[in-house]
Amino acid sequence: MTLTQQIITIGLCVLGTMLTRFLPFWVFRGGQVPAYVRYLGRALPGAIFGMLVVYCLKGVQWTAGTYGLPELLAILVTIGLHHWKKQMLLSIAGGTVCYMLLVQWVF
Amino acid sequence: MQQGMRRRALATAFPHTVPILAGFLFLGMAYGIYMNVSGFSFWYPMLMGLTIFGGSLEFVAVSMLLAPFAPLQTFLVALMLQARHLFYGIAMLEKYRGLGLKRYYLIFGMCDESFSINCSAEIPEGVDRGWFYFWVTLLNHSYWVAGAALGGLAGSLLSFDTTGLDFVMTAMFVVIFLEQWGKEKTHLPSLIGLGASAVCLALFGADSFLLPAMGCILALLTVFKTPIDRMQAEGGDAQ
Repeated sequence: MTLTQQIITIGLCVLGTMLTRFLPFWVFRGGQVPAYVRYLGRALPGAIFGMLVVYCLKGVQWTAGTYGLPELLAILVTIGLHHWKKQMLLSIAGGTVCYMLLVQWVF
Repeated sequence: MQQGMRRRALATAFPHTVPILAGFLFLGMAYGIYMNVSGFSFWYPMLMGLTIFGGSLEFVAVSMLLAPFAPLQTFLVALMLQARHLFYGIAMLEKYRGLGLKRYYLIFGMCDESFSINCSAEIPEGVDRGWFYFWVTLLNHSYWVAGAALGGLAGSLLSFDTTGLDFVMTAMFVVIFLEQWGKEKTHLPSLIGLGASAVCLALFGADSFLLPAMGCILALLTVFKTPIDRMQAEGGDAQ
């Protein structure tokens, strides 16, 4: 690939990304957002966060290897910590350290 | 006055971004190293991190740069991989309204992580919303670019075992999910998001489940609009 082709390739990645980021704001720029879209704005966050959790786990092998056990255990630790102390950073750090220990030493 | 407001917003925003600092430095470096061993100088990961600022697409872009030139395919892959941002935009329509010129940067830099923080954070009284969003976005953006550049420059010199550090992103999304769960008046949207994505992942596989999952989520949210609307309205302001 020549440098020009590389620049075009990267530019198209930028363009595709920015289209998806700007489109909703551009389409509904007039201020009049239809009731259905406003409803989606309220209902989507919960659904998106659920989707992102699954997205993070998409590479996990559930039926072979470690059967997703390190991931499940570390998520349980994260949930437990968060339920207990309600400190975002503590829950995230605790879950991550737990996962690192599990994949480096146990599994 | 203006300056004090900005500084207060920065002080409030920074702690929210600390997990991203860890995650992005690590993932960004992984990305920089990957580009480095694929034969690209550190300018590539740095500039691509700056302009695309969307992790998964940047990794895919490496293989597209190594393959024969295929502009249409590149564009379509970018659109499909990033389609989830359409959801983010719809969710942030109200929050990013009326923030002046800042909003263009906020929208430009709306990666998964910045969206998640800005969408879920409880911004304290007396802290300027617009500047809070701005700092979260700018800090995350800087972490990613710094990580990518570092990885491209000196990644192979890393000396401690970082296996598993990437779990910081998973842990963060789990915690944000829990925070959302604790706030919401009905868990139906969250359960729809989890369930539809898990089912689509099982059916379509890791590489192609996002679009069908988004379709299912839209369809289910539409079907259950009346009960969700009712339950969200109960007990006052709908969040």
